[in-house]
Amino acid sequence: MHKEAAIRTPLILGDKTYHDITSDVVGPIEGKASKTWYLLITVAGIIALWGLGCVVYLISTGIGVWGLNKTVGWAWDITNFVWWVGIGHAGTLISAVLLLFRQKWRMAINRSAEAMTIFAVMMAALFPGIHMGRIWVAYWVLPLPNTFGSLWVNFNSPLLWDVFAISTYFTVSLVFWYIGLIPDFATIRDRMTTPISKKIYGLLSFGWSGKAKQWTRFEEVSLVLAGLATPLVFSVHSIVSFDFATSVIPGWHTTIFPPYFVSGAVFSGFAMVLTLLLIMRKVMGFENYITVKHVEYMNIVIIVTGSIVGVAYITELFMSWYSGVEYESYAFINRFSGPYMWSYWTMMTCNVLSPQLFWFKKLRTNLTFTFIISIVVNIGMWFERFVIIVTSIHRDYVPSSWSMFYPTWVDVGIFVGTIGIFFTLFLMFARFFPVLALNELKTILKVSGEKYKKEDH
Amino acid sequence: MAKAVENTTVVHAMFDDDHRLLDAAKNLVAKGVRIKEVYSPFPVHGIDPVIGIKRTRMAIVSFMFGMTGLSLGLLGMWYFMIYDWPMNIGGKPSFSLLENLPAFIPVAFEFTVFCAAHGMVITYILRNGTLPGMPAVNPDPRTTDDKFVMEISNVDNPTLEFEELGGMLKAEGAIEINQKSLATK
Repeated sequence: MHKEAAIRTPLILGDKTYHDITSDVVGPIEGKASKTWYLLITVAGIIALWGLGCVVYLISTGIGVWGLNKTVGWAWDITNFVWWVGIGHAGTLISAVLLLFRQKWRMAINRSAEAMTIFAVMMAALFPGIHMGRIWVAYWVLPLPNTFGSLWVNFNSPLLWDVFAISTYFTVSLVFWYIGLIPDFATIRDRMTTPISKKIYGLLSFGWSGKAKQWTRFEEVSLVLAGLATPLVFSVHSIVSFDFATSVIPGWHTTIFPPYFVSGAVFSGFAMVLTLLLIMRKVMGFENYITVKHVEYMNIVIIVTGSIVGVAYITELFMSWYSGVEYESYAFINRFSGPYMWSYWTMMTCNVLSPQLFWFKKLRTNLTFTFIISIVVNIGMWFERFVIIVTSIHRDYVPSSWSMFYPTWVDVGIFVGTIGIFFTLFLMFARFFPVLALNELKTILKVSGEKYKKEDH
Repeated sequence: MAKAVENTTVVHAMFDDDHRLLDAAKNLVAKGVRIKEVYSPFPVHGIDPVIGIKRTRMAIVSFMFGMTGLSLGLLGMWYFMIYDWPMNIGGKPSFSLLENLPAFIPVAFEFTVFCAAHGMVITYILRNGTLPGMPAVNPDPRTTDDKFVMEISNVDNPTLEFEELGGMLKAEGAIEINQKSLATK
C-alpha cells in the first residue's frame, strides 16, 4: 500500500467509509432538488434564453447588429471566445496534468472541473460559429470535396488550425470525462430504486460491471488520455494565440503569446473552478471533500500563473520599446494611456495585483476572500483579451480610420447569455451527475483520509 | 462440448475491504485455487498479477492510432495544399510538403491526438464490452459501492470441493459466500 506522510494534510475529512463517499455524492441525486437549485436554474435559464434569442436575432439579421466597424472587425466575439476557451483549460490541467504528477488533491475537483471545461468550450465554439454570419455553411471549415472546383481550406491559416485544435480539444475532453463517469454511473445505477432512473443510469453506465480487467484498462486509458491531453491543452491555447501572433498587427505580432496565453488560460480557469466549487461545496455539503486545503492548492496555482501573466505583460511592454518599432511602441503607449486605458488598468489591477494577495496564508485560506478574488480574476482576464484585441486595432496605421468600439445590446446580450447557458448546463450537471469522482476518491481514502491517517499513528 | 453436461457452479465470496480481498486472493492462489474474476467499486491495485491478468495493450493501440492519424493528416495536407491545388498564400512556399511543413505542424499534431485518443477509447469500450444498453454482470449491486466480490468457478477448479473452499474463504474473512449454478447449454 502506498504510504503518505502523517503531517500531510488529509484530503478527505471526517470519519468516512467507502459507503459514506457513495452516499454523500449520490444522495443529492436521489433526493429532491432544493429550492435554491430551482431558483438558480430559473435565473440561469432565463438569461440563457435571452442569450439564445440574441443569437437568433444576430443570425437572422446579420453581423451588423454588433458594434463592429471597419477598423474594429474583431471585438467582443473573439474576446469571449478566447475567454471561454481559457476557462476551459483549468479542467484539463486538473484532470490531465495533475494526474501525471500524481497529485491526489485533484480527485475531489476533477469531475466538476472537467464538466466546466466541456461547457466552457461549448460556449467558446459558439462565437466563431456565429461570427461567420452564415452559420448554415459552417461545415465549409472542413476539408470536404466540393462543387466549387478543387477548392480546399487553407492549412496555412491559424484560423483553420483553430478548427482542428478546438474540435480535438472538445471531443477528447468529452471522452476523457465520460470514461471517468462510466463507473460512477454504474454506482448510481446499482443504488437507484425507481425503474426509470435505474434504466437511464443503466444506459449511461454502458453496463459497467467493475471487473478487474476493466479496471486495469480503465487506469491505463486514463493515463494515456492524460498524456495526450497534456500537450493538447498547451497546443490549443498556443494555437488560439497564433490567431493573433501570426498576424502583422502591432500589439499582436509577438512571439511571447503562446506561453502567455496558456498561463493566462490556466489562471482564469482555476478562478472559475473556485467560483463554481466554493458555491457547490456549500450548497451540496461537500466540505469534507473539497477542503480548505484544496482551495489553498488552487490559490497557489493562481499565484504562480498570475505572476507569469504579470511578467508577460511587463515583457511585452519592454519589448515594444526595445524593438524600436514605432508602430509597436505606439500600440502599447495607446494601451496604457489611450482612450482604453481604463480597461488596461483594470486588467493590470485584477490580474497582476490581486492574486499577489494570496501570498498571505490568512487570505488564501479564507473562502469568502478567495471567492471574491476568483471573480475579480475572471473580470481581469476578460479585459486582458479585450485589451489585446480591441486596443491593438482601433488605432491602425491610417489615423483617418481610427475609431472606437461600442458594444450594442446584442453584443452584451450574447455574452451574458453564454454565462446563463454555462450555468444552466453546470446546474443540470450538479443535479444529475456524480459531481465528485467516486471511484477515484475511494482509491485515496485509505492513503489521505483523516480517519485512516489517525489510525496509522 | 459434449462432456460438459454438469452444471457450472460459481462461488461469489464477498469482502468488505480491498486489502483483505487482495490478501485472500494471494493465499487462495497459493493453495492452488484459480480465481475467475474480481468485481470491485474501484481499481484494487496489485490484484492483476495474482489472478493472472496480463498487462493491457491499450497504450500500444493508442500509439498505433496516433501514427495512423499523423500519416493521414500529413497525406491529406500534402494532397490538399501541394498536389491538388497549390496556391500562393501570403508568399508562403507551397511547392513541397517539406517546405510547407512548419505551417502543417499544428494540424498534424491535433489530428494525431484526435486519432490516438478516439481510436483508443473506441477500442477500450469495445474490449470492455461496455456499450449503451449492455447489461451489467456484477453479481451484487453493492460491488459498485463498497463491497468486493471474488468469483471462483468449478470449471477452472475441477478438483476443488466446495465445502473446503467455503472454509478457506471464511478463514480469509469473506463476509458472504453465495453459490450459484449456471445452467449449461
